[in-house]
Amino acid sequence: MRGTTGIEFLGSDRFRTDATPINGSRTMPAQIHEARRQIEHRIWDPDAETLPRDGIEALQLERLRELVTRVARVPFYRDHFAHREIGPHSIRSLADVRRLPLTTKDDLRRQHPFGFLAVPRKALARIHGSSGTTGRPTFVAYTARDLETWSNLCARFLVAGGLRPEHTAQVAFGYGLFTGGFGLHYGIERVGAAIIPAAAGNTRRQIEIMRDLDPEVLICTPSYALTIADSARELGIDPRSLPIRFGHFGGEPWTEDMRREIEDQLDIAAFNNYGLSEVIGPGVSGECPERTGMHIQEDHFLVECLDPESLEPVPEGEPGELVISTLTREAMPLIRYRTRDIARLYREPCACGRRTTRMSRITGRTDDMLIIRGVNVFPSQIEEALLRVEGTTPHYLIEVSRPGTLDEVHVKVEIRPEIFSDRMDRMQALCERISREINTVAGIRAHVDLVEPRSIERFVGKAKRVLDRRNLGE
Amino acid sequence: MKLQQLSLFLENRPGRLGAPLEAIAKEGINILTLSLADTAQFGILRLIVREWDKAKQVLEDAGWVVNLTEVVAVDVLDRPGGLAEALAVLEGAGLNIEYMYAFSLRRGDKAILIFRFEDPDRAIAVLLEKGLHVVDGDELLSVVSG
Ligand SMILES: [Zn+2]
Repeated sequence: MRGTTGIEFLGSDRFRTDATPINGSRTMPAQIHEARRQIEHRIWDPDAETLPRDGIEALQLERLRELVTRVARVPFYRDHFAHREIGPHSIRSLADVRRLPLTTKDDLRRQHPFGFLAVPRKALARIHGSSGTTGRPTFVAYTARDLETWSNLCARFLVAGGLRPEHTAQVAFGYGLFTGGFGLHYGIERVGAAIIPAAAGNTRRQIEIMRDLDPEVLICTPSYALTIADSARELGIDPRSLPIRFGHFGGEPWTEDMRREIEDQLDIAAFNNYGLSEVIGPGVSGECPERTGMHIQEDHFLVECLDPESLEPVPEGEPGELVISTLTREAMPLIRYRTRDIARLYREPCACGRRTTRMSRITGRTDDMLIIRGVNVFPSQIEEALLRVEGTTPHYLIEVSRPGTLDEVHVKVEIRPEIFSDRMDRMQALCERISREINTVAGIRAHVDLVEPRSIERFVGKAKRVLDRRNLGE
Repeated sequence: MKLQQLSLFLENRPGRLGAPLEAIAKEGINILTLSLADTAQFGILRLIVREWDKAKQVLEDAGWVVNLTEVVAVDVLDRPGGLAEALAVLEGAGLNIEYMYAFSLRRGDKAILIFRFEDPDRAIAVLLEKGLHVVDGDELLSVVSG
């Protein structure tokens, strides 16, 4: 189905020809040049994705009012609204969203596990989880319709970034409570492409599967894409000879430099997408072939970009914290959820024909959360792990680096008389025990470096617990 | 007959070994022998000194984490098989050796070995029973003074 404009639409019954034509001469820093990596513009859901600005905003306003009505079933919001006499009538324009309360991860945790449920428990179709500041995950619930929405949202960015029904996609994301695996899985299925649910890990096997089954598409974290390239070279295989033509990468922050690395090493086009479990998972936004930011699915999410201190909107194009209202979520709708992710928003039209707001890469966090090989880790989890080992010190430092393609974590712990032994085997066992506890609480493998007393810098007030050497900013 | 050994924790980076030794030397405390066990990341320095209590204080005041352990010094014939014989005796008695190292000085045709046993008292009893010579602190000092 090819429209007269050259934009092909994949949503079978949603063929339309009035989308903005592609301006092929526009040069972009991240534009794809090589033929093998060329991705044609296509739109999965043109009715929604190419709405004009006034159409998007009218729909958002209508849905925001509905959301305010819907969340009144959640005690957290009901109480807040009752105090301030807030109701759907309070929302006369989109700017009125700022009359509504913010929701934080702490709020979600205080209502553990299902205080934010806006539907009866029996209406749930799936439950995922996201890691929290302690060992306990925050659960995220979905109705059947939420899952349907989610699949379509993933289908949108997958199609924008090259996925076609005739393709085969290898999913090397973890399948489990983590939303990455299943989110992308059902998005690919929705598009009609074939899925290889290879799941995370066993890199050699991933490469064998690729060589046997010729998938065109790779889905994983950006750092894992580089690990696959490394591993192929170790096996004497040129990574550029692998059948993959493009990939959708997410689950951890990455940079333009890393994109160039991935594209050069694997000879593919690499696309970025964004989402977080609390609001739905992947599918909040994703790139089109212009790759000048990720298109936010604004018919489902109202995204604000706020100064994290004043909580006032930042000027367009300036970095701020993304705050998301889930316009259509049924099971766990959230109002103004503070993502703690820092990015910039751009509202000018994109050459691809979509009129939705685009967001930059995530360039930082407003809290101390770290993303290590796709796993969310809070320094407080490391502290909790240390507390489980008697005699370890309250003085520790988490050092994160990326010496090759993968994140590495070193936890420096000061030695104390209570845990010091003249026996080397005991000292090594101590390191291993701390490392095991960290793995249990935070789900990551960390190297434990014992250091001399008072060698970790002391701070007045809030201690600096993290040294991130990965350089993940813009 | 047991000797007091000081152990201290060191990070494995250049210059770290010198600092505690200097601190002790500055107080005029003689080091009888030392050994270092290390990994790529950290080391355990074990010291036998003339005035262990004073040395411990000096090191702790300077910020080191110091551990006190009882070890046993044994002299064996300094010839091929000398050590093997001594080890055979210990093994035969089912004594657990946590680690051992050689004393820096010899006494005549004998080498002095320092053993860290799980149970030093039982080890001394066995050693004496088997006719091995356990060197006590005063003897060690005399060796050092020559
Ligand atoms: Zn676009």
